[in-house]
Amino acid sequence: MSPSKAVLKERIIKQILTACAFSSLLFLFLIFAFILVEGLPLFYKVGVKNIVFGMKWAPTKGLFGIFPMIVSSFLVTFGALFIGAPLGLGCAIYLAEYAGRQQKLFLKPALELLAGIPSVVYGFLGVIYIVPFIRQFIGGSGFSLLATSIVLGIMILPTIISISYDALTSVPRSYREGALAMGSTQWQSTSRVVIPAAKSGILASCILGMGRAVGETMAVIMVAGNALKIPTDMLDPLRTLTSNIALELSYASGDHRMGLFSTGVVLLSIIMVLNYLANFVIRRTVIK
Amino acid sequence: MRINPRLIDKLVSRTLSMQAYFTVGILVIIVFIIFVKGISNCGLSFMLTYPEDMGRHGGIFPAIIGTLFLVALSILFATPLGIGTAIYLTEYTKESRFTSIIRFGVESLAGIPSIIYGLFGFIFFVIKLGMGWSLLAGAFTMTIMILPTIIRTSEEAIKAVPKNLRIVSHSLGATKWETTVKVVLPSAAPGILTGIMLSIGRAVGETAAVIFTMGSSLRLPTSLMDSGRTMAVHFYILAREGISMEKAYATALVLVVSILAINILAYYTMNKVTSKYS
Repeated sequence: MSPSKAVLKERIIKQILTACAFSSLLFLFLIFAFILVEGLPLFYKVGVKNIVFGMKWAPTKGLFGIFPMIVSSFLVTFGALFIGAPLGLGCAIYLAEYAGRQQKLFLKPALELLAGIPSVVYGFLGVIYIVPFIRQFIGGSGFSLLATSIVLGIMILPTIISISYDALTSVPRSYREGALAMGSTQWQSTSRVVIPAAKSGILASCILGMGRAVGETMAVIMVAGNALKIPTDMLDPLRTLTSNIALELSYASGDHRMGLFSTGVVLLSIIMVLNYLANFVIRRTVIK
Repeated sequence: MRINPRLIDKLVSRTLSMQAYFTVGILVIIVFIIFVKGISNCGLSFMLTYPEDMGRHGGIFPAIIGTLFLVALSILFATPLGIGTAIYLTEYTKESRFTSIIRFGVESLAGIPSIIYGLFGFIFFVIKLGMGWSLLAGAFTMTIMILPTIIRTSEEAIKAVPKNLRIVSHSLGATKWETTVKVVLPSAAPGILTGIMLSIGRAVGETAAVIFTMGSSLRLPTSLMDSGRTMAVHFYILAREGISMEKAYATALVLVVSILAINILAYYTMNKVTSKYS
């Protein structure tokens, strides 16, 4: 009697654990299903072209063009990468190749703590310090592509640092020893052997950093100025896909709300492409 | 003319170290500004009194309670699910198509931005399930958002438990579940705890997903179906609507100090684990 009871118990436990594991898939499905169900009808009603390439967003007049926001989202993302990637990669290389044990013990946790600062705090400090600085010394209102790029550039640092650090440290020690044994300096070994070997991981860190920047909302709302046009200058204000959703969701209804979910569909598509790209890049290395 | 490679090496080393310290400097400056500007308005009475006039005067007591409830509930929901998933992936199955699909699901959830969670939680929990803006809707949304962190850290922690422990336990006649609960989980506990603490930090600092699911009522929530306001949301509203910069800094101070404390604790716990096994 008792062994079969134990077997039964094991079987039930396995079922429960399987259900737990399945829940993540269920949540992912629900998220996609509900965003699509709410967002897609408007694409049929208004037309994909008029939404994705439409220039004017005036939901109360039936205009749902989000092209300027798509362009703005990409602009701030590349701006963030332009600032965040060199700085983040420098930190990762220093940490992985140059820093001594004691230094690492202090630097690594300190850099990781940057990820813990909430995005509203970044946005707030951007408004208080970066925006007025730009207004005073460079020009414009200060709420701008430039300010947003700087704030986002700082916010994607932890992603870039931690992933490219992992990529660099997973390069086998023997590679470095080989290079050093042939008389190369530390930098020659790093730049010609270690970095090429960690190339795909570094690339993936930048792509995931872009994903973070595209998806960031609260900090962007606070410093971007939220104007509804394509910025033509670093000092122009702009509105991204994420801020469009967050600015209007609390009071939108009917078609207007659907328009925000359509914005969500476009945002989700961009994010999925970036995640897929990062995964692809990483997987290619593992196979190699 | 050829520049001496040793000179280049030295220059590069200097530049890289400057970059690293510059980045740490950003963190130090952020914390310093928040501390200096916030400390004069931030005391025990600030944390324990009710706000008046939209937060222009008074304290942030309801926001602290709201934050605590949101964090406690989402951890309560996400921890069993996350640990269950991690146990399934590491102990109860071999790598297969099904596990790689689950891993894909977890990775995808981790990559979804918080505003999408906000949209989803709003339409699903708040509207379709009729929960309204409530603690429960916020907690469910946050549960899904922190689940990937808990799964990944628990999985790492469970994987790091030496195989011998399991073999010995099995040889003593323990079933798989007994081995998992009495041998594997206790050894993996610090690592799992790290994941939970990182998730707490994430939930405390989140705004976009919370504001559209839990709402932003300033009243003290008394039931799960009440709307409430977390410290992060309160801070966002104070700052964005320009209600009070002094109160905004003071709120930011409480917010940042609690998040940093949790993260430092998490880092310390993890370090203790890695040094134990290596």
